[in-house]
Amino acid sequence: MTTPELVCPAGTPGALRTAVDAGADAVYCGFQNATNARNFPGLNFTVEELAQGVAYAHARGAKVLLAANTFPPAGQTDLWKRAVDDGVRLGVDAIIAADIGVMSYISRAYPDQRLHLSVQAGASSPEAIQFYCREFGVKRVVLPRILTVAEIAAVHAAIPCEIEAFVFGNIGMMAEGRCSLTNYVTGVSTNTDGVCSPACHVHYEEDAARNLTMRLGEFTLDRFSGGEQAGYPTICKGRYRAAGHEEPYYAFEEPRSLNLSALLPELVRAGVTALKIEGRQRSRAYVQSVVAAFRAAVDACAAGAKPELAGLLALTEGHRETPGAFGGKRWR
Amino acid sequence: MNRPAQSPALSLGPILFHWPAERKRDFYFRIADEAPVDTVYLGEVICSKRMPFFAPFLDEVIERLQRSGIQVRLSTLAEITIQRDQREVELACDRRDVIVEANDASALNRLAGRPHAIGPYLNVYNEDTLAFLAGKGAIHVTLPSEIPADAIAILGASARSLGVGLEVQVYGRAPLALSARCYHARAHGRVKDTCQFVCENDADGLDLETLDAKSFLTVNGIQVLSHTCLNLAHALVAMVAQGVTDFRISPHSQDMVAVARTFRSVLDREIDPDEASRRLQVIGLPVPFSNGFYRHVEGYRWAN
Repeated sequence: MTTPELVCPAGTPGALRTAVDAGADAVYCGFQNATNARNFPGLNFTVEELAQGVAYAHARGAKVLLAANTFPPAGQTDLWKRAVDDGVRLGVDAIIAADIGVMSYISRAYPDQRLHLSVQAGASSPEAIQFYCREFGVKRVVLPRILTVAEIAAVHAAIPCEIEAFVFGNIGMMAEGRCSLTNYVTGVSTNTDGVCSPACHVHYEEDAARNLTMRLGEFTLDRFSGGEQAGYPTICKGRYRAAGHEEPYYAFEEPRSLNLSALLPELVRAGVTALKIEGRQRSRAYVQSVVAAFRAAVDACAAGAKPELAGLLALTEGHRETPGAFGGKRWR
Repeated sequence: MNRPAQSPALSLGPILFHWPAERKRDFYFRIADEAPVDTVYLGEVICSKRMPFFAPFLDEVIERLQRSGIQVRLSTLAEITIQRDQREVELACDRRDVIVEANDASALNRLAGRPHAIGPYLNVYNEDTLAFLAGKGAIHVTLPSEIPADAIAILGASARSLGVGLEVQVYGRAPLALSARCYHARAHGRVKDTCQFVCENDADGLDLETLDAKSFLTVNGIQVLSHTCLNLAHALVAMVAQGVTDFRISPHSQDMVAVARTFRSVLDREIDPDEASRRLQVIGLPVPFSNGFYRHVEGYRWAN
């Protein structure tokens, strides 16, 4: 088996060093503004911090990928261009982008800069990926989490670039880059502001019987009885009422995490070049545990051995995991 | 539709829901005969499994609409998951008798280099993206539902200078999200491959309420829409001034001829937006209005 590249989240300079030390082949990160899809308070990098991060990673043989993967609102494209300019100047190994205007800028201003197509571009078919390769020279596509392993293999055979696939972490139910649910409820756009279910709009309320109600803005997303494990409230993992359902149900998906560790050899055989771990918003301890576990698993697979994966379940949301769409068509 | 070319145009978006094929045919025949619309978008944008039902009627409907002086455009699928989806996109893109509206990059891949339209499911958020697409042959762009007024103004100026038509949805449930999973099938304990077309039961989508029984979202196959009904009647005049050339009504099961007439009357300054909203409350989708996205607040809100 060829050894895939392990691409790990770096929400902070500390997490970057942790991920590199734990065995990441590459880390991905963003600047402290709306140019990246994890624009949360306390996360991300200043220009100086990214310069230091690049130096730290490169000194240890790891790559740095800059996520500039949100969609600039009209009249505000300069902020995205500056992020690209800074990234190129600091020597990042690739820029991850989704907006056609941003990619057009990168390919014209920096034709030699390596460009990855973000999952936020939602390119799921060979023809869509071919478009971005032809127009902007995209070298790698981060696939949406909607395809089965067999479908990934078919895509791989039909495209001229590498494939990066998510293998662990939060699994959003909606196609990335095509979801306005948060904006509908909070007035903050996931696509342009880089925020899904922002914490400042989340409200928790506990009653006398210790039932915990979770709201986003004005809307109740879920309610848990005392002692039940509650995940972070997002609209696509909420519980709702619908005609024909006597009880509220998870209309989109239950609160659980993606874990494809058991499918690693199949993914690599399907043509996946890079394995991506989600979680730039997670703690250094989490990053350390997940990266180390995947480093060991990838190395074991490469050596033809059976990887030890049990420890990863403890790190999934509510200790519940799913292979998502990757496991087969029954998921859809 | 004998108005000067510069006057704002009214369009009817694709039917997003799974209506029986004969009902769709009859709906379009009535639109052809009675609705004051300039453009009709045909084509299934949500699910390729629904397509075979209406396929036998498509050419007949195109011809009938065109004979009434209505421009027909064909919208492609918003999300490509399996090879059948891709084949349908290719079939649509290969038609030469109508302008094709691309709703994802795979359609764009096929249409680049010849005149085409860009649909609301392909992200056009800024003037750089608009200019790039115009350079590839886009002659008309419909914006995603969440674009606010200040951005529409900038895109309007940009579209004007590029000679590109700019369209905004002004009525109907707002598209909010797409998924690979069919939530209609899931609501019935099924999956996409075994759905038995349960989405046909809900002509305007399946309503989801919160645990407190508050209306919230609407499910339509792999799509999530707003519970509220977009109504931008109050913004029409401002948008015309900003360079928006076309205004889209998204079909629902109510009297869409009456809805189209109402918007036409506002565009022609025959009635004011308040009167239009009063009429739409009676004739249209029986849910609250919203215009929050346009006003750059929570999308579900309604404020004038």
